[in-house]
Amino acid sequence: MEQAKPTRWRLPARRDVWREIRASYAFIERNFFLVRRYWGWEIAFLIYNITSSLSVMYIGKAQGGSNTQDLILYLGIGTVVWAYLRAVFSNISEMIVWERWEGTIEYTMMAPISRLTHMLGVALFSIVYGIMRTALLLFALFFFFNVDLSQANAAGALAIILVGSLSFVGVGIMAAVLPLLFTERGEEMTFIISSLLLLVSGVYYPISVLPGWMQAAARISPATYVLEGMRATILDGKSTGQLWHYLIPMAIIGALTIPLGMAVFNTVERYAKRTGRLKRSG
Amino acid sequence: MNSRAFAEIEPISRQQVEETPPDAAVALFVDDVSKCFVRKSLISRKTLQTTHALQNVSLTVGRNEIFGILGGNGSGKSTLIRVMSTLLIPDSGRVKVFGYDIRADESAVKRLINRVSVEASFFKKLSAMENLLYSSRLYGRSGASLRRDIVNILGSMGIEPERINQPLEQLSRGMQQKVAIARAFLTSPVLLLLDEPTTGLDPRSKRDVQDFVRQLRDQHDATILLCSHDMDEAERLCDRIAVLDQGKVVAIDSAQGLKDRVSAELGGVEVTLEDVFIHLTGRALGEDDAEAEVA
Repeated sequence: MEQAKPTRWRLPARRDVWREIRASYAFIERNFFLVRRYWGWEIAFLIYNITSSLSVMYIGKAQGGSNTQDLILYLGIGTVVWAYLRAVFSNISEMIVWERWEGTIEYTMMAPISRLTHMLGVALFSIVYGIMRTALLLFALFFFFNVDLSQANAAGALAIILVGSLSFVGVGIMAAVLPLLFTERGEEMTFIISSLLLLVSGVYYPISVLPGWMQAAARISPATYVLEGMRATILDGKSTGQLWHYLIPMAIIGALTIPLGMAVFNTVERYAKRTGRLKRSG
Repeated sequence: MNSRAFAEIEPISRQQVEETPPDAAVALFVDDVSKCFVRKSLISRKTLQTTHALQNVSLTVGRNEIFGILGGNGSGKSTLIRVMSTLLIPDSGRVKVFGYDIRADESAVKRLINRVSVEASFFKKLSAMENLLYSSRLYGRSGASLRRDIVNILGSMGIEPERINQPLEQLSRGMQQKVAIARAFLTSPVLLLLDEPTTGLDPRSKRDVQDFVRQLRDQHDATILLCSHDMDEAERLCDRIAVLDQGKVVAIDSAQGLKDRVSAELGGVEVTLEDVFIHLTGRALGEDDAEAEVA
């Protein structure tokens, strides 16, 4: 018996678009409910972020010399921006792991929403949540270090972080397929991706100190442009008009990785449905 | 159970469903469906284990029918439900829900169905209200009426208002299962797939759930597919029953029809549904459970 082919993608009707937008809010609301219920974890993660950021910034202070303030700020930007990007990446990449752990994945997957809506909801929450957590982190760091931000370009920094977030969303979506493919080890694999990004993206050092092949990898990492852009706006006070060579690569990476991530996710979802890997136990 | 409160909740997707049902008389059409799971070695890709979960399964469920699937553990019941729920792609065969193909018209099918499984499957730290808000929003529900409907339906199932905002992990298994049924009902499914919804429940909760299933069919024109290994439940609720054994349908009829058939084959002796099952499959359900536990 020949099976019917899966539905081809077509432009949704306006009524459907509105329904999908409302459905994406379900993920934002649900995740905020979860943050509220798991408040102990949130405090633990925040303390971890604050202490690890402080440790890195004290390493800068220990170097002494005339550029100590710049070094502290350089490392501070690295640690704060990385904390933000890591929060966005983790929330997106762990969406499958979390639902598999709770046992709700099959219910989410059989809901009448597009996977784009699913991803959009999770990504929006991740960005809002990441910004809130980073604001708390910054607030805490200001208690310990008296940094001069008088020449910082706040609007430029905001533009960098927003466009940079989009470029990270696509990478997060691609990482989210790993727990669908590898039911027991997928989560660990997402850690490998984030640690590789940490290594090559110049979080705590300029990428010029890396070997050539790592520098090439850095040029395709969206985190590199976010970090360089943030340092350009905060340390060098570059105007928004001078940020295009950070914004354009990030926008290109986002424009490529988000549709690619969706395509990869849809392919792996079909594979999981053929092999029965959606089931909690795998 | 408060059936008035239950009846007051307006189904929301009914209109959408009524607009263009390509086949309103046949709720579920399963044609020659097979599903095989293969476990391979990660390195050599050699096949380690092959499980034929479903073998050429065919059945048709009429609109507004309560259709039972009776089978032991590992008989393929849950696999069949997952195929119907669009969670598993069969190796071969076709499944249609009100005429919509589960692959070609996946989105339309998803709007018509919902499922209650043997595990309640919720975000355990979230309350019943929070879980139901989430699941209902995925089906396009929103607004103040949604919160009101959640309170009404949970109240109609005997869940006190003060428990609605407690984390679900603090509720009993019976209560969690009632919340799972409320989750399905809030989305107004025209085809409800129930996978052993009363397993592990105390007799009173079991009866409540069974009453609820009947009301859903009688008051909301829903079609119910009930997978169970509870003979009494199947006999009490189902209009027709399919017996599934090792992935194959071995008989389909009403409970009385099955008993009459087996009685005739055994020379006219009076038989129970359990006798029917043993006669058709060669084993009792309890034996199946024991085998599954050993495996």
